[in-house]
Amino acid sequence: MSTQTIKLMVFKRFERIWHWSQMALIFTLLFSGSAIYGVHHLVDFANAVTIHTWAALSLIIIWLFATFWLLTTGQWRHYMPTTKNLAQVARFYAFGIFKGEEHPYRKTYRRKHNPLQAITYLLVKTIIFPAIWLSGIPYLLISFGIGGFLNDWGLANIALIHTIAAIAISVFIIAHIYLLTTGHSFSAHVRPMITGYDDVQLTAEELAYLKADEPDLLKDH
Amino acid sequence: MPFLSHAHLKQVIVFLVTFFLTNAFASNSTEPNVELGISEYSKITPIKGATIPKPSRKSTTDHSQLEALKGPFSSGPEVTKACLECHNKAGHQFIKNKHWTWDYKHPKTGQHLGKSVLINNFCTNARGNEGMCAQCHAGYNMTDTTFDFSNENNIDCLVCHESTGTYYKTPTTKGNEACSIMFAGKPAIEWEKVAQSVTMPSRNNCGKCHFYGGGGDNVKHGDLSSVLFDPPKEVDVHMSRQGENFSCVTCHVGEAHEWSGSRYAMTVSDDIGVGKPGMPRETASCESCHSAKPHPLNTIMGIKLNSHTSKIACETCHIPEIARGGVATEVDWDWRTMGKLKNGEGFKLKEYTQGNGHHRATYKSIKGNFTYAENLKPMYAWFDGTMTYTTIDTKFDPNKGPININHFSGSADDPKSRIYPFKRMHTTQPYDKGNNTLVYMSLWGNDDAALWGNYDFAKAIAAGMKKNNIAYSGEWGFIETLSFWPVNHMVAPKEGAMTCSQCHSKKGRLSQLDDGSLYIPGTQKNQLLNIIGLLAIFGTLAGVLGHGALRIVATRMRKK
Repeated sequence: MSTQTIKLMVFKRFERIWHWSQMALIFTLLFSGSAIYGVHHLVDFANAVTIHTWAALSLIIIWLFATFWLLTTGQWRHYMPTTKNLAQVARFYAFGIFKGEEHPYRKTYRRKHNPLQAITYLLVKTIIFPAIWLSGIPYLLISFGIGGFLNDWGLANIALIHTIAAIAISVFIIAHIYLLTTGHSFSAHVRPMITGYDDVQLTAEELAYLKADEPDLLKDH
Repeated sequence: MPFLSHAHLKQVIVFLVTFFLTNAFASNSTEPNVELGISEYSKITPIKGATIPKPSRKSTTDHSQLEALKGPFSSGPEVTKACLECHNKAGHQFIKNKHWTWDYKHPKTGQHLGKSVLINNFCTNARGNEGMCAQCHAGYNMTDTTFDFSNENNIDCLVCHESTGTYYKTPTTKGNEACSIMFAGKPAIEWEKVAQSVTMPSRNNCGKCHFYGGGGDNVKHGDLSSVLFDPPKEVDVHMSRQGENFSCVTCHVGEAHEWSGSRYAMTVSDDIGVGKPGMPRETASCESCHSAKPHPLNTIMGIKLNSHTSKIACETCHIPEIARGGVATEVDWDWRTMGKLKNGEGFKLKEYTQGNGHHRATYKSIKGNFTYAENLKPMYAWFDGTMTYTTIDTKFDPNKGPININHFSGSADDPKSRIYPFKRMHTTQPYDKGNNTLVYMSLWGNDDAALWGNYDFAKAIAAGMKKNNIAYSGEWGFIETLSFWPVNHMVAPKEGAMTCSQCHSKKGRLSQLDDGSLYIPGTQKNQLLNIIGLLAIFGTLAGVLGHGALRIVATRMRKK
């Protein structure tokens, strides 16, 4: 099947707003959360709690929109795990990258993430983020004095899960940012999340369909 | 010229020296460090900084106009009789009050308590020493345990209700000769004037006794000192004239001469909060005015603080330190050094200078050594309001010291308990070595046994025990004791409340309570988690940096 590389809108406006606001809020949450835990004292405990709570409430709202968007637009399919090409991508990061090989993955219309990315994002979305919310929301309820029914969980356990999840998110972010430096270049990775457009391998049929039905997604239509 | 006996001469000299030293230099920075004599309670009046309360607008009677109070009166009971002529239920009411009975049966523990029987770790016991201690009995002529508690004419209405500030009380019996100079030189009470001045009790009335508990200014409680006669706002937001200018009875609401507030059975968690509109509830809790959710609901911080109230008493955050405002409290009393004399005479060493410049006695011949503290961080513990006492008949194991004069119950699991601030008092005091009990000492009396004047523990204990028909082994020793005083007063303005990080930090104020039953964010108690977190984050950083470094090295090698 012959394909050609086309600049295609892969990250829609909502998705970009989602990503960057989520980034800002997660950094705010990590900063204020680590102040609450006592890692640093750049902001005092009282302000850290206030900032953390507002940021969390904002992120909850963004997440509600994002979940709705993913489910209704069918974009959730990008996160479905696949073993296709997984080994090649893993092999690239372990060996090929040092030999100066090209990144083996090419974005397609149906798959904008490489298989390793997809599986990581899926883990983040299904385990780490739920852990942060399943501990954070009860914590918030207890803070608001309406978490009496959660007493059996114990604030210590809730806080423990929350902290471990936060550590996992920190680990994810470090790896996530580092991986932006691999492949082409840092800016090549970041630009699509700003402009929305990235190089995608399209089949002739896909291109024909897009030209006919969704010309707006093509950069040079 | 009349013959002056040696004893008299000595007495006069002691009086003159004491009078000169205590008065001439009283408010001067050259206040002497050593003071002869044992003039312990001579400065009860006048009260410095005390203000005369304005007549209450609520009152419908101007007592100075009453025919019944025109007198002439020559004694307290005569005034009381006049009071009770009109207030014909007041007497029946008051003779049931603790200020009169000195007697209390604890509703939960069933213990028989009250000033008449208890032993503390200050002067130890009022029982048997009524001649001295009854200066703070709201009655006349209590000299010993045979006092007639049914005679309403002996109620002292004036000590609580007079408003001139000129009224005072003296010991009901003579103490030892060495003590007889204590109350000399006071102007006679003008009974008609004080009788006509009666009003609702002010801080001056309550404070005359309650600010001096334990034998001096702020000695006992730490949160009740003479500073509260006229406190600056930062010391007490409620009682300050720059604040609410509350009197004690503004919070200690009561009816029928029985008012709220007890340190034996305390209201620690008040779920009722504010009562119906306009209804002053008869409870001295913070919640009865401020509700159980007192912080503003329009900020995250307010909401967050409100969720603290189910675990933490208001006092814990809002009374960040005790003994504020320049008057120190005692934290340690060592009776072992009692009885040192200079030239055969008792003396005081005043080697502690407190915030307001006054020198406090660090040694008194009649009492031993003292240690003071100011701006003191309270100790914190779970408290459900119930106090249990080591009484005269409580046996203890002296090897398991220090002995808790009082101890309290409470736990993190009990929804009625709160984390509460306490002043802790440590004392080394005599006990019955044979029976392993505390002892009653005879402190006051004009005999050869009273401690104050004879300075002999053996005699004082034997006499104190015998006087009260308590079995005594005849052997005594010293034991360490602790007592715990819940802190409620000296509430700071909100800007002066504790900040979050005073607890939410490593080694924060409550860190010893963060023991698994309670989780306090910010204390970083979970060492394992700290290590896992550091390993995970720095491990990942090292991993990506290593990976990056390898890439750079590999690129260079390829270019070669």
